[in-house]
Amino acid sequence: MLTDLIGIPIQALAGQLLLGLINGSFYAMLSLGLAIIFGLLHIINFAHGAQYTMGAFAAWMGMTYAGIDYWWALLLAPLVVGLIGVAIERLLLVRIRNLPALYGLLLTFGLALIIQGLFRNYFGASGLRYPIPAALSSGTNLGFMFLPHYRAWVLFVSLAVCLVTWFLIERTTIGSTLRAAQENPNLVEAFGINVPRLITITYGAGVALAAFAGVLAAPIYSVQPQMGADLLIVVFAVVVIGGMGSILGSVVTGLCLGLVEGLTKVFYPEASSVVIFFIMILVLMVKPEGLFGRAS
Amino acid sequence: MAEAPAAAASAVQPVGPLLAVRGLNAWYGESHVLQGMDFDVAPGEVVTLLGRNGAGKTTTLRSIMGVMRKRAGSIVFADRQTIALPARTVARLGIGYVPEERGIFASLSVLENLHLPPVFSRSAMSDQEISDLFPNLRERLSSQGTRLSGGEQQMLAIARILRTGARFLLLDEPTEGLAPVIIEQIGRTIGLLKERGYTIVLVEQNFRFASTVADRHYVVEQGRVIDMIKNRDIAANLDKLQNYLGI
Ligand SMILES: Nc1ncnc2c1ncn2[C@@H]1O[C@H](COP(=O)(O)OP(=O)(O)OP(=O)(O)O)[C@@H](O)[C@H]1O
Ligand SMILES: [Mg+2]
Repeated sequence: MLTDLIGIPIQALAGQLLLGLINGSFYAMLSLGLAIIFGLLHIINFAHGAQYTMGAFAAWMGMTYAGIDYWWALLLAPLVVGLIGVAIERLLLVRIRNLPALYGLLLTFGLALIIQGLFRNYFGASGLRYPIPAALSSGTNLGFMFLPHYRAWVLFVSLAVCLVTWFLIERTTIGSTLRAAQENPNLVEAFGINVPRLITITYGAGVALAAFAGVLAAPIYSVQPQMGADLLIVVFAVVVIGGMGSILGSVVTGLCLGLVEGLTKVFYPEASSVVIFFIMILVLMVKPEGLFGRAS
Repeated sequence: MAEAPAAAASAVQPVGPLLAVRGLNAWYGESHVLQGMDFDVAPGEVVTLLGRNGAGKTTTLRSIMGVMRKRAGSIVFADRQTIALPARTVARLGIGYVPEERGIFASLSVLENLHLPPVFSRSAMSDQEISDLFPNLRERLSSQGTRLSGGEQQMLAIARILRTGARFLLLDEPTEGLAPVIIEQIGRTIGLLKERGYTIVLVEQNFRFASTVADRHYVVEQGRVIDMIKNRDIAANLDKLQNYLGI
């Protein structure tokens, strides 16, 4: 039986690939939300990582203070954080809508620092533990590797969420309205559609998606104030590599880069934390609009 | 000004105007583009705005629609003052807009383009009627909107607003850049809509085409209406009109 590949045990390889895929599915979910928000609001949502952190903390707080279990948290945390997103859009972003995009970036960057600072103040910088839900705490031996059920679940749900988002945007009336509003909001408004409300809902939905990812992450990565900021840096690189243009592009790029990272951990661990940035620079040199982006 | 517009409108049809524009001003930033537009459109009329490039015809339609941010004056549509209303509310009063660039969305299929504006009146045309009126669109429903020819895009832009139930249409240069056969087809469509009682404001450069479909013509110059000519008097006023339009 083949148990190793050019000196690398299959077990280790498969394990790293699974880890890579899971990281990749978080990259995919977060870059998807960023792309949707950017498409309509033309704002690079720097608070996206903080909103992911808020999702994880909302789950942790729900469990610790109110006994809300993981499954309810998966539903409630995105809802609550999404509503906070709606409030942010209505109260703050709406006021800078006619200013250059840089202002949106600065505003959301400020928000991210405030949110992060608040969490650090109340919960400290060290990680909080969030248990894996009992139903998913075991695993299955696949022969060539051990598959923890929770990781399989994360992979399945995040792909499902990406697929549903893609379907909503590409195949439904809401989605075609959204795409039209990205192209020409004034004309869409002149057809009797409430574009400001569409913008609010879109931002709220993008934020809810980040929070959902945060809840999924809580049992695997430790819940701490910095978790979103660390992730967001990589996600920005993913977005640059994939290009802002396409939904499917963000998902595919996210997953592939997760895998590349996993493989690098196996074959050349020293480079694993920088390989994505290395690819980013390469892509910027060769195809600055990104692999799936449309040149403009 | 040659004639009071209100009097002119009532000479054509003995009812109050459906649209009454008074002292309409509009700005792009600091640039004062419309400087007191006055005109009326009676129910069931086809009226054109003629004028040279940059006269302010498009801006007038954009102001009526509520797309212009900075505007002042009075626009009364169906006895309702609309000068301060947002575009989405104006649209829901039953005004359909076909912009100069046609406004077909590249990221939407033909069918998605057609179904984009919500239907808000029972007088809306059914998909069947639309398909009878514009048979060329029938086979192209799943194509990307901007893959259509210029003429087909124009048809789609008109079909799209007929589906909402709008009975008052603002068409900005629907014949621009199109082949003579297509222009003829658009002329027949406008004639048909007029028969069915639609009211239409048409911006045109091509006044030969305009004279085949319209009841009256307003001449626009530097953001003002400087003359009104009834279509039946157009032959007698040809010199004057050519002078206005610089042709
Ligand atoms: N977006 C804009 N920003 C600034 N000025 C504009 C803008 N659009 C039009 N203008 C100016 O406003 C004036 C009126 O333009 P408008 O488009 O209404 O003219 P028009 O009569 O429709 O001309 P055309 O026959 O060329 O379509 C012109 O001087 C034009 O340069
Ligand atoms: Mg124009």
